Amino acid sequence: MKALIVRRPRTARGLLLHAILMVGVLVSMFPFYWTIVMATNSTQDISKYPPKLTFGPHLFDNIQRLLDSIDFFGAMFNTVIVAVSTTVLVLLLDSLAAFAFAKYEFPGRRVLFGMLMAIFMLPLQLAIIPQYLIMAELGWLGSLKAVVFPATANAFGIFWMRQYMIGAIHDELIDAARMDGCGFFRQYWHVGLPAVRPGLAFLGIYTFVTAWNDYVWPLVALVNPDTVTLQVALSQLNVSHGRQDYAMVMAGVLLAVLPLVLVFSLFARSFIADATKGAVRE
Amino acid sequence: MAAPPTAGPAAAPQVPQKHRRTDRSSGRPRRRRGPRRLLSFWPQYVAVSPFFLLFLTFLFFPMIYSLYLAFQRWDGIGEMSYVGLEQFRFLLDDPTFWLALRNTLVIWVFSTFPMLFMALVLATMLNSTRRLTSFYRVAYFVPNVTSVVAVSIFFFSAFSDRYGVVNAVLQAVNVPSVPWLNNEWTIKAVIAMLMTWQWTGYNMVIYLAGLQAIPSDVYEAAKLDGAGPVRTFFSITVPMMRPIILFTVIISTVNGLQSFTEPQVLFGSNAANNPNSGGPGQAGLTTLLYFYHQAFDNNNFGYAAAIVWAFFLVILLFVAINWRLVQGRRKG
Repeated sequence: MKALIVRRPRTARGLLLHAILMVGVLVSMFPFYWTIVMATNSTQDISKYPPKLTFGPHLFDNIQRLLDSIDFFGAMFNTVIVAVSTTVLVLLLDSLAAFAFAKYEFPGRRVLFGMLMAIFMLPLQLAIIPQYLIMAELGWLGSLKAVVFPATANAFGIFWMRQYMIGAIHDELIDAARMDGCGFFRQYWHVGLPAVRPGLAFLGIYTFVTAWNDYVWPLVALVNPDTVTLQVALSQLNVSHGRQDYAMVMAGVLLAVLPLVLVFSLFARSFIADATKGAVRE
Repeated sequence: MAAPPTAGPAAAPQVPQKHRRTDRSSGRPRRRRGPRRLLSFWPQYVAVSPFFLLFLTFLFFPMIYSLYLAFQRWDGIGEMSYVGLEQFRFLLDDPTFWLALRNTLVIWVFSTFPMLFMALVLATMLNSTRRLTSFYRVAYFVPNVTSVVAVSIFFFSAFSDRYGVVNAVLQAVNVPSVPWLNNEWTIKAVIAMLMTWQWTGYNMVIYLAGLQAIPSDVYEAAKLDGAGPVRTFFSITVPMMRPIILFTVIISTVNGLQSFTEPQVLFGSNAANNPNSGGPGQAGLTTLLYFYHQAFDNNNFGYAAAIVWAFFLVILLFVAINWRLVQGRRKG
């Protein structure tokens, strides 16, 4: 081995490089590993010294206690409803509006888009109190509607889809469709949407992940304990049980995080490529 | 195939010149004015209106209204009364606000600089190899899609006194254990480590994309001149990446100053009510946590609106300073 390194210094440098990168991967992955360790062992095993480093047999006991203390699958169901409806609404409304912004000239286009961009720069927290008051006025506090609709009002989707459509939809195709007698909406459906499928995929994953993980606004708006989302349920579980029953809380964390991380890993390559586009283009 | 712009409205009545951006250059006759003309754009207005209805109701109007609230005194139930700048005057004399602001800035410094530096180093290393790059990218990026609540619960347990894995490791190498969540500075360090863990990979993939755009002959020239990897990093990589570094600095400033979930989950939502809000010594009380406390625990809507608008001005100030620091040095 040593002779090899002396003879081929580039390989040695490559090995060192990958060794350092792998240490980074370990740091990145360790919390996931340790969450599984804690979720599969009993709280006694976790809290003794030295702690158990390997997976244990107690996952199902821990999940059982989790289900006894909170309506975990109810909260997950709420989260799925919120994330799916937010994603569907965002994809539909944003792509439609972005199509008009990207490819058509109409009076007021600049003003409307400028308004979007101005608000896009402001932190969402500025709007939270009035949003809360509006939801109280509408009687939506505690209802999942109160979480879905503000989330669809995000300007990012319009901004991103518009940029994508300017590059991806060719004017010639729209003209051809118009010559064939297609109106605006059929141009959108038959020419616009098929050309921006990768863009929709990115926006969809981004919206879904953001909605799934959102915490501050659901915490404020979902005042009814029956309609909390996973993140709110997890934080309450941590407050009430965190010190006594770590194994159970960690089983909840595992079940809440794992589906999203696994699904994300499937799409991760193209998602990451798209996520970097905006920054590098500047 | 584009419709010939010279064909005129009579030749192609179904192809009016209204829509296309590309038509603007083609010297068309003056537009018609009036409601008839606006009506002809109905599909575009129908297309943008569902989004704009939601946007105006749930984002635009609330933003404006919260600025209005900052000049009122209101508990959410009784009469609202206009108090001018009094909320802001009170804010300047409120020691808790300044403490929260200071905590926020310290946490931001503790997290942003290590995060961006490590991200740039990792991206440079990753850029010099062709093996396993997709694997590394995904592995480093996954923390960023994990929920902050889940990560905060994990960090809380990992750094806890009795059964935290961090203290167990310290004990194993004969270092006395640290009461991480009981000390003013280590509380901030734990929150900063959490943010670093979540955001290093995100910044790394952005840097990597930027590095791949740097032409490789620049590096070859440096190598011919005998520059080592460290020298190359500081005299080529960093200067050429300046616009992208600026982008990540701004994103990290805007995100990092808005830390809320981490301390809120670490120290419990109701903790804001007691003098230990944000953890022992209020060391983890960030500005947004204080805002949340004033708004939704105290129903002090006017003051809370003043806090969040003042805080927004602080964020703007920081973005401007960072902009100058990163952009300005190029001329110097």
